[in-house]
Amino acid sequence: MKSPFLRRFRILISALVFICFFLVFVDFRYIIPGDYINYLLYLQFIPSAMKFFDLRTIAAGGFIIIMILTLLTGRTYCSFLCPLGIGQDIFSRIGGRIRRKFRRYGFKKPFTIIRYSLLAATLIVTMVWGVYLLTLLDPYSIFGRFMTYFAKPVIIVINNFLAGILGKFDIFTLSHITVKGYQLLVYLIPASFFVLIGILSLTKGRLYCNMICPVGTLLGLLSKISLLRIKFDKSACTRCGRCAIGCKSSCIDFLQYHVDVTRCVDCFNCINICPDKALSYGLVNLKKKEQKTDESRRKFVAGSVLLMLGLPHLVKGQDKKAPVPTKVSTVKENKTSPVCPPGGVSIADLNKDCTACSLCITACPNGVLQPALFQYGIAGMMQPVMDYHKSFCTYNCTACTEICPTYALHPLVLEAKKLTQLGKANFIKDNCIVKTEKTACGACSEACPTKAVYMIPYEGNLVIPEVNNEICIGCGHCEFACPTTPYKAIFVDGNPVHQVAKKPENEQSEIKTPVEFPF
Amino acid sequence: MLIYYLHSLENNKKKLYFSALFSILFDKRVTITMKRRDFLKKSAGAGLAAGAAISVGGYEKLWASSPSNVKYDMVAVMGGNPDAMFDLGIQELGGMGTFIQKGQKVLVKPNIGWDVIPELAANTNPLLLKRVIYHCFRAGAKEVYVFDHTCDNWVNCYKNSGLEKTARSAGAKVVPANSENYYQQVDIPGGVKLKSAKVHELLLETDVFINVPILKDHNSTRMTCCLKNMMGVVWDRGFWHSNNLNQCIADYALFEKKPVLNIIDCYNVMVKNGPQGVSKEDLVQMKSQIITTDWVAGDAAAAKMLGVEIEKIEYIPMAHKMGLGNMNLDSLNIKRIKM
Repeated sequence: MKSPFLRRFRILISALVFICFFLVFVDFRYIIPGDYINYLLYLQFIPSAMKFFDLRTIAAGGFIIIMILTLLTGRTYCSFLCPLGIGQDIFSRIGGRIRRKFRRYGFKKPFTIIRYSLLAATLIVTMVWGVYLLTLLDPYSIFGRFMTYFAKPVIIVINNFLAGILGKFDIFTLSHITVKGYQLLVYLIPASFFVLIGILSLTKGRLYCNMICPVGTLLGLLSKISLLRIKFDKSACTRCGRCAIGCKSSCIDFLQYHVDVTRCVDCFNCINICPDKALSYGLVNLKKKEQKTDESRRKFVAGSVLLMLGLPHLVKGQDKKAPVPTKVSTVKENKTSPVCPPGGVSIADLNKDCTACSLCITACPNGVLQPALFQYGIAGMMQPVMDYHKSFCTYNCTACTEICPTYALHPLVLEAKKLTQLGKANFIKDNCIVKTEKTACGACSEACPTKAVYMIPYEGNLVIPEVNNEICIGCGHCEFACPTTPYKAIFVDGNPVHQVAKKPENEQSEIKTPVEFPF
Repeated sequence: MLIYYLHSLENNKKKLYFSALFSILFDKRVTITMKRRDFLKKSAGAGLAAGAAISVGGYEKLWASSPSNVKYDMVAVMGGNPDAMFDLGIQELGGMGTFIQKGQKVLVKPNIGWDVIPELAANTNPLLLKRVIYHCFRAGAKEVYVFDHTCDNWVNCYKNSGLEKTARSAGAKVVPANSENYYQQVDIPGGVKLKSAKVHELLLETDVFINVPILKDHNSTRMTCCLKNMMGVVWDRGFWHSNNLNQCIADYALFEKKPVLNIIDCYNVMVKNGPQGVSKEDLVQMKSQIITTDWVAGDAAAAKMLGVEIEKIEYIPMAHKMGLGNMNLDSLNIKRIKM
């Protein structure tokens, strides 16, 4: 096929995909239902693979479809479906506008050692130790972090600007939303990747995808035997070299009439560029498929061995002995364990499966999910953790559990979530307003959805909180509502392994329906 | 640049400047801006007057502010649906037209504090709210606004309480109250603990304010009703909780903008596990409604409904002593109706 529609088709699909992903991540009004998000994420390679190995069901087999697609058509995933790849294409376009030179690529040799070593390291580290390296390098997760930490705040600021203007005309369809930043250190990883990928894509096209991205490398290996690929028509080619200059993967060696399929992302730009219509996209020529195998494979094996010895030492996680929460009545809050989000089952489970794409963090309507710094150890950085000083977990909400693409947060029906105990409330009487100020407060008990925090008689007319940990679900509303500073008088200590809370019991009141006014 | 610009917007002066800039294009805004400014000046003046009045002791005039042609201090209705009871009650008080002039902007403040379905009665009854808004428009209100500073996630509260939909269908504007940007600092002259507060700008911008609380048990103040419902128009509730909650509730009632009418929803009353409730077992169906111009009296009557001694609810005697209302129900002219 030499049709210019191939490229237009690619641009159309990728634009749609990109817009969908963008909307999902910046949806600050939480309009998009979880189901749609799941459909969109079904074909994302790493998340679907992780879900598959967790669930072992074909229902999570989006990555198998991608592999089959790659065997048939080459790395179309990278151009059509990968949000990070599409984002890089947009950047390259901008780069070309800034300086024409940036969009003149030309053929370059592949970074064979680097890319296969990184792929091997990712595979080995993931299989042996955990998802740490995958968290860093999964293109979908990287994209998710860009959106959550950089794009969403910008969108909210724009919304606030518009809401301000509309509000002055008595229109309240948009509401002002406070932009809540995260801790500064959290921005370190996404910011450095943004700089790296930004510069590479601005000036070198898809170099990131062909040098660092493990998904790109893996699909590149598969596409070595793909059926459809870019082909040269030697008789028509005049060796003008425009295809090589226009190739953002730098993979066309026009002097050899050769396209490196491991790096070609099937963007179809070359087909449109070629003035002689010498390039086409079609079935592979079966005759020419014997030589050229060994070299890269050898390098791959060598690289993997090398990295097996070295890299894991850098990414070792902290070991997580389950600490037993103790109720210590000191003035300082004595948190023994972080609180991991509902559906996580246990901190260990969450750490094992989460690639820190931040989708749950951006989807949480209350903003209680925060990217972890060192709460889970250095390896669990950026994974979601509950921060009850920022907000609390809404009793009637299962948003984060519905959308997790890697199944790190298992889906919970509302009734089950309402009984999932994330942690236990601990009351510090010496901090409590009722004791220190001798005035009424009750903010914690007022906020408690299960009445696990209730008031008992204290001095005089006063009442003071008490906690029933059997029905506490650790939602953190009490901790959030407690007005004392700097330490709260009530706090939730996380359960390293989530437990099941008892259902709150309730009896009919003795007060009867009145027949006369009592006044 | 953009971020800097928006930051500067948070500064109030710039906000005024900004709105003035817009008003050049659209004439409407000038009046609103000026009104707010004037109001702030006025309220400061009125505050001084109020303070002086209290110190002299002639405080009766302050709360006896209801229109002179109102026959009763309080109307209590029992035995009907919330909307039917309101129709009857407001008729006894001379209709909504007694309290609202044509063309006025009205704020109706229900309790939408919790992310709870209407059947569990943690929020004001939607039927009642709808009827109140209807009567406001019939009396010639130009615009009716509804908001509450919620305790749970505000979007969920507005939605799951059914109140956003009901209020919209009745023609009211449902306004967000989830961001500090919507709030303005005001002085509370004479306040013992609460000397100033950040209140929602619509409380200041509207002409008339109608309070529509629901009667509920409350874990620490024993009861939430008229006065405590005002915690939903201020931003920093934490300050109240940590600075003598009861005193702050009473102090707030000193603020100049008082409700012209308090409509207390006692249809389903949460008698325990308040103010949020756990299940239907917390409710008692009382099928009642109290409509009054005096919110301290309203709270006193509500306490009786709940079966709690008035003195046990500390902020009621406090407010009474501060001259903000009359808790002695015997001395009031009350109309009792059974349907």
